[in-house]
Amino acid sequence: MSNTESELTVSLWRGAERGRYETYKVPMRENQTVLDVVTWVQRNLDPTLSYRFACRVGMCGSCAMTVNGGPRWTCRTIVAKVVKGGRLEIGPLENLPVIKDLAADMRVFFEKWQQAKGVFSPSKTRHDAIERIKSDSEARIAADLAIECINCAICYAACDSVRWNPDYLGPAQLNRAWTLVNDVRDGKNRERLQAVAAKGGCHSCHSLQSCQEYCPMSLNPTAAIAGLKRRTMRAFIKGEIKA
Amino acid sequence: MNVRLFLWQRLTAAVMVPMIMLHLAVIFYATRHGLTAADILSRTRGSVAWALFYGIFVLAASSHASIGIRNILTEWSPLEDRAAGVSAIGFGLLLGALGLGAVAAVVSP
Amino acid sequence: MSARTARTLDHRRNLLWLAALVHRLSGLGLAIFLPVHFLALGLAINGAARLEGFLRWTDRPMVKLAEGALVFLLAVHLLGGLRLLVIENLPWAGWQKQLAALAVGISVIVTSIFLVRVF
Repeated sequence: MSNTESELTVSLWRGAERGRYETYKVPMRENQTVLDVVTWVQRNLDPTLSYRFACRVGMCGSCAMTVNGGPRWTCRTIVAKVVKGGRLEIGPLENLPVIKDLAADMRVFFEKWQQAKGVFSPSKTRHDAIERIKSDSEARIAADLAIECINCAICYAACDSVRWNPDYLGPAQLNRAWTLVNDVRDGKNRERLQAVAAKGGCHSCHSLQSCQEYCPMSLNPTAAIAGLKRRTMRAFIKGEIKA
Repeated sequence: MNVRLFLWQRLTAAVMVPMIMLHLAVIFYATRHGLTAADILSRTRGSVAWALFYGIFVLAASSHASIGIRNILTEWSPLEDRAAGVSAIGFGLLLGALGLGAVAAVVSP
Repeated sequence: MSARTARTLDHRRNLLWLAALVHRLSGLGLAIFLPVHFLALGLAINGAARLEGFLRWTDRPMVKLAEGALVFLLAVHLLGGLRLLVIENLPWAGWQKQLAALAVGISVIVTSIFLVRVF
């Protein structure tokens, strides 16, 4: 039986920042996902392989890895769709430090989230009347379009501005800031606009658009960041934030 | 500073869009009619209009290019932010000086 | 930070990424060209003859081709910049890729017109 019909040749990154790709032969099956392949290697060939997953049904984003050069949720990537000549090359997400093998260190991703003030700051207490949010208001529509981010870091891994500029806060981080800028209940938007106008903020985005091409939730950080550019410009002209 | 640079970059770009159109039209006209240096200079010497047009064009282009170069230096070169900023300013000043010199060369009577 | 893979990163095989790269490289090309351009024009300060000599030198085919390349850089950078202004200031549109391709296409046409006229 020929190689490409019954077997996959799978290269997996082993090691940390320094390491190498090791090659394994994995039986090809119908409707196989890339996560199935990685799991098969760990269970049948090499129990020392480290990788991350949780829900395995495309809800949590934990299984994101670099597959044949692009960041993907491995549980939702059918092998037949990405395999090239019977070969798969799988590595940890780009632009993040490597803990071991296929597991990337997400700490800097979340630290930048805090830096971008991607955290809701209430402006009312339980004693105040509930804020009535109209779901068809322009601000709410904008927030809703961006709100479904599950922090999988695929956009962060795909972004060359992140690669080229270590200070850049990142597409997911700025996307979340945009949802909060559009949230009428939030009380800290001046600080937030100041934070995203700082070094490494929204102005470091060059609209390369890899983020919105790869986002598995079909979000559009490029558009969100464009919104932040407009808002920070306006705030700066009005003197609400300092440059 | 980022907002300021961003604003300035977009502003100079907007100012230059119509100027570039006119500049391209001038180039096409000059090449079409096979104008010699003497022909060109006879039209530009002593002209306040050309002086203003190209003077503003040079200043806008110099600042626009300087900010763009700064981005390239910070992202693609090993220079630190400060060094990149200083280099970019230096480049902008050089462009501005050479450009205004060229405008002067062409419009002074 | 270099990539862990030897192959071209997949996100760089995207037309929109390429459009952004073309925009940056054309800007860089123009920035390098401009000082030379200004210096050449500065020759006029010594009178028409010096400038004329230079202009005759630019009549050579190789120079004309280089000028064509510059016209292309200018057109593509301008149109790419307009595309960026659209992204940043107008509501999002799905036809981004077509817009990027159009920008390059128009630049090629403008350059071709220029080259036809000068050759």
